Amino acid sequence: MNRMSAPGLSAATAIAVVTGLAAPAFGGPDDDELIINGDTTIITEAPAPDHMEYISTIYSGWRFRTDETQALEEDDFDNPAMLAVDAALEAFDTVEGDAGESCASCHGDVESFAGLTAHMPKVGEDGNLVVMEDLINECRTDRMQTEAWKWSGDDMQSMVALIGLQSRGMTMDVAIDGPAAPFWQQGKDMYYTRYGQLELSCANCHEDNWGNMIRADHLSQGQINGFPTYRLKQAKLISKHNRFRGCIRDTRAETFAEGSDEFRALELYVASRGNGLSVETPAVRQ
Amino acid sequence: MKRTWMLAAAGVVVAGSAFAGPPEPSEVVFEDGAVSNSLSGVPGDPENGRQIMNKGAGNCIACHEVTALSDLPFHGEIGPMLDGAADRWTEAELRGIVANAKIMFPESMMPSFYKNDGYIRPGDAYSGKAPDGLLGPLLTAQEIEDVVAFLMTLKEE
Ligand code: HEC
Ligand code: HEC
Repeated sequence: MNRMSAPGLSAATAIAVVTGLAAPAFGGPDDDELIINGDTTIITEAPAPDHMEYISTIYSGWRFRTDETQALEEDDFDNPAMLAVDAALEAFDTVEGDAGESCASCHGDVESFAGLTAHMPKVGEDGNLVVMEDLINECRTDRMQTEAWKWSGDDMQSMVALIGLQSRGMTMDVAIDGPAAPFWQQGKDMYYTRYGQLELSCANCHEDNWGNMIRADHLSQGQINGFPTYRLKQAKLISKHNRFRGCIRDTRAETFAEGSDEFRALELYVASRGNGLSVETPAVRQ
Repeated sequence: MKRTWMLAAAGVVVAGSAFAGPPEPSEVVFEDGAVSNSLSGVPGDPENGRQIMNKGAGNCIACHEVTALSDLPFHGEIGPMLDGAADRWTEAELRGIVANAKIMFPESMMPSFYKNDGYIRPGDAYSGKAPDGLLGPLLTAQEIEDVVAFLMTLKEE
């Protein structure tokens, strides 16, 4: 295992790490390189950002998946998320609501969003932490005068993916200082909180045990640079907050709501752990 | 259930020591992480313990590999391999580890199976919702004894 172990791990856990080494079938990430459509190189491995104390190298979740799952992301013709992205492109040009506007009537080509996702979430002018879903719904309700989309609904997540796709291959770089600092700290505190009756934190699984198997699952570092991500198991695009909810539920905990301030803060913190990886959405996972 | 406890208690009385029923999780006495008294007063059933290792709120092999359970798929790598656990630990120590591993191994990732409070945002099993009222421990006193009985079969020497 090519990682530093967190200080404070007991001798017995050290034994566990050795046991992990002895099982040659699994272990850390593989050595594959991700180049999409033969031209977009995705950074799936990078030095950890300075704020991370216990991990020296960060990896995209892609590096922990099987060759079959990995292949689906290497060519957009094979990527099952692209149907949803096409639908979002159509929605982008469609007039909806009392103002008689479409996204395109204000933003022109969707390519104008290149770079945006690499810096999200961010603190808005009113001092609130905003994520992509907030920006989209604000346009819908205030500027188009139509209904807000549901957080994890197909229309919303397809649009988040379409906008993210404009930054694919760009390096994630979210701000964590200045006005973002208190949100970031809140997210960090959550990351290390042992929730639920199983008393497990995000860090227990994705910092202390990435590369190890937990029952049938090969644990990654829980990065969100690939979100929204197409999950084969659910056969649709999954939002970041839906993934957070699932992971917290699995600790036998009462979860937070999608779109809650808690999950916005957690999203900023988890995004910052991926600073240095490429934006990879729409990724494909098992 | 109640009748079983009474019968069990009666059995133990015959054996010479009174058993008042399973203790509340907070009443269990740990000495250096070990628990010497049976939690249920009834000998554990290793066969049922074997089942608990694989499923429900036990699901120990999510984190541990056990050669004796190699007929069951997908053993995890989070905790130590449990082969030979009974050579390394006494029955009392194994009972303590299964009841509340965080006393033997502070900060351990291993869940505390005989504990029912002190949680942060506990949920009603895997529903993601808050429970109505108090939670029971992950495993009952008897289930702990059954798992310990199974672990006691893991000898290599
Ligand atoms: C009990 C173990 C466990 C805990 C605790 C846990 N996760 Fe996960 N998580 C998993 C497993 C298993 C997967 C699927 C395999 C993988 O991608 O690592 C996963 C996947 C993820 C993914 C998807 C990664 C990808 O590339 O698709 C994200 C993001 C994530 N987790 C974030 C979190 C966050 C944030 C927390 C805390 C709120 C958390 N997890 C807590 C087990 C856990
Ligand atoms: C979420 C992970 C997890 C689960 C589930 C889990 N354990 Fe553990 N277990 C651990 C870890 C990690 C250790 C190492 C102790 C430490 O933290 O230092 C451990 C240690 C042990 C030990 C001492 C290991 C040795 O051989 O020295 C025993 C025995 C044990 N566990 C039994 C069980 C049983 C029985 C269950 C189910 C009822 C179980 N564990 C469930 C993670 C887990």
